[in-house]
Amino acid sequence: MNSFVERYSTTSATGQLRRAQRLADEEDEFSDAAWGSSAGFGNIVKGSPSFMVPNTPDPTSFLRLHTDDHADPSCRIKIQHGTTTLAFRFQGGVIVAVDSRATAGSYIASGTVKKVIEINPYLLGTMAGGAADCQYWETYLGMHCRLHELRNRERISVSAASKYLSNLVYSYKGMGLSMGTMVCGWDKTGPAVFYVDSDGTRLKGDIFSVGSGSTFAYGVLDQGYRWDLTDEEAQELGRRSIYAAGHRDAYSGNTCNLYHVKEDGWKFIGNYDLAQLHNQGYGYEHRVEGRSSANPPEVVATA
Amino acid sequence: MAADTTAARSIVKMKVDEDKIKTLSPHLLMAYSGEPGDTVQFAEYVERNIRLYQIRNLYALRPSAAASWIRRSLAESLRSRRPYSVNLLLGGYDTATHDPHLYWIDYLGTISEVPFAAHGYGSYFALSLLDRGPLEEGLATLKRCIDEVSKRLVVSPGNYKIKVVDKDGVREVEL
Repeated sequence: MNSFVERYSTTSATGQLRRAQRLADEEDEFSDAAWGSSAGFGNIVKGSPSFMVPNTPDPTSFLRLHTDDHADPSCRIKIQHGTTTLAFRFQGGVIVAVDSRATAGSYIASGTVKKVIEINPYLLGTMAGGAADCQYWETYLGMHCRLHELRNRERISVSAASKYLSNLVYSYKGMGLSMGTMVCGWDKTGPAVFYVDSDGTRLKGDIFSVGSGSTFAYGVLDQGYRWDLTDEEAQELGRRSIYAAGHRDAYSGNTCNLYHVKEDGWKFIGNYDLAQLHNQGYGYEHRVEGRSSANPPEVVATA
Repeated sequence: MAADTTAARSIVKMKVDEDKIKTLSPHLLMAYSGEPGDTVQFAEYVERNIRLYQIRNLYALRPSAAASWIRRSLAESLRSRRPYSVNLLLGGYDTATHDPHLYWIDYLGTISEVPFAAHGYGSYFALSLLDRGPLEEGLATLKRCIDEVSKRLVVSPGNYKIKVVDKDGVREVEL
């Protein structure tokens, strides 16, 4: 009886709240001054914030059923998967290079994606796998890196930052997170690159490449890599590796974003159109142009 | 005790110098394999708890006690919402009784004390060799096992890290 009265009463607390909720739903003409604030009552009117979860006993398997495009190519939700990202450590710091294509199945959803996430002036994260997962959790990581700075009066090490991220994604293991990321930066120990993925794997290393085009990038990268590369050589190697992946992998391409991390923080080197690189020297036709067995390239004398 | 040093994801070797053998105490080694992520997370959990015991009691757990504790952790984890999928080999030297111990532990919480043991694809080649090989020449037999795996296994890992535990403690050796 009590609940019945409460449901139709206009003066009880829940009745008031229900009216406010109805008004909030109907009225979309809020004044600009109160936009987004709901005059301080937004949190009550809309209820406490929560994630939307599919209404099934096991939301995780539901999500997998509708997102796993390996098992079922006609699934409804396609997560951004194809990517090439790479990062390597050398004498002059860390080079981070990524492509900029976003694909949803066989459709190119965008050609201007920023796959390098600027966590703070000394830390970069790369994005492969679920774009939203990477973007959200790496921004979240940035927040905690700042808190670490404020609490300890010292910048967080790359090792600690990557461990923070790996512990975080490990706690969500098996729940559908999908990310393969490289946390790159410069700390007291010098340049550092860590690979972190949604399995909870965390590896320290010199050279990493992640994504569907990673094999192509590794090919160029491993062959051209030396520790004592100059800055220009290293940047060129990063660019050339992304070009190779963009050329061979259908899910990578468009442009290459290049970053260089040095002692004083990261620097954005540039955005390069891969089609332009192809036509201006990287492409096979360009390299063999006007050459034939009758007109061989000059052989460099070997000692 | 030996383990390869490759960390692979799909068909790509992500890293070729990953140490998969943890030194738990001055006379205790643990090699681990299994689900990526779980392995390192569980190994670090074990490592710190064994260390905590040593700090509290001023002496380290003996190999048999450590093995029992680790097995129990795995068995409890198996009955949780998300179990650790980790297989282990635990080798130690008991400084009280002066004898070596080796335990084979799998993710189901099976434990058995054995004279020799192996996990993974390599075990199909190595175990038969160990069954007939001379155990007096430990490192030589180990080398033959590694050579056999390199020769016959399709996706054989390139590098191995080998650690020995005896009365003098833990040390790394090259073959």
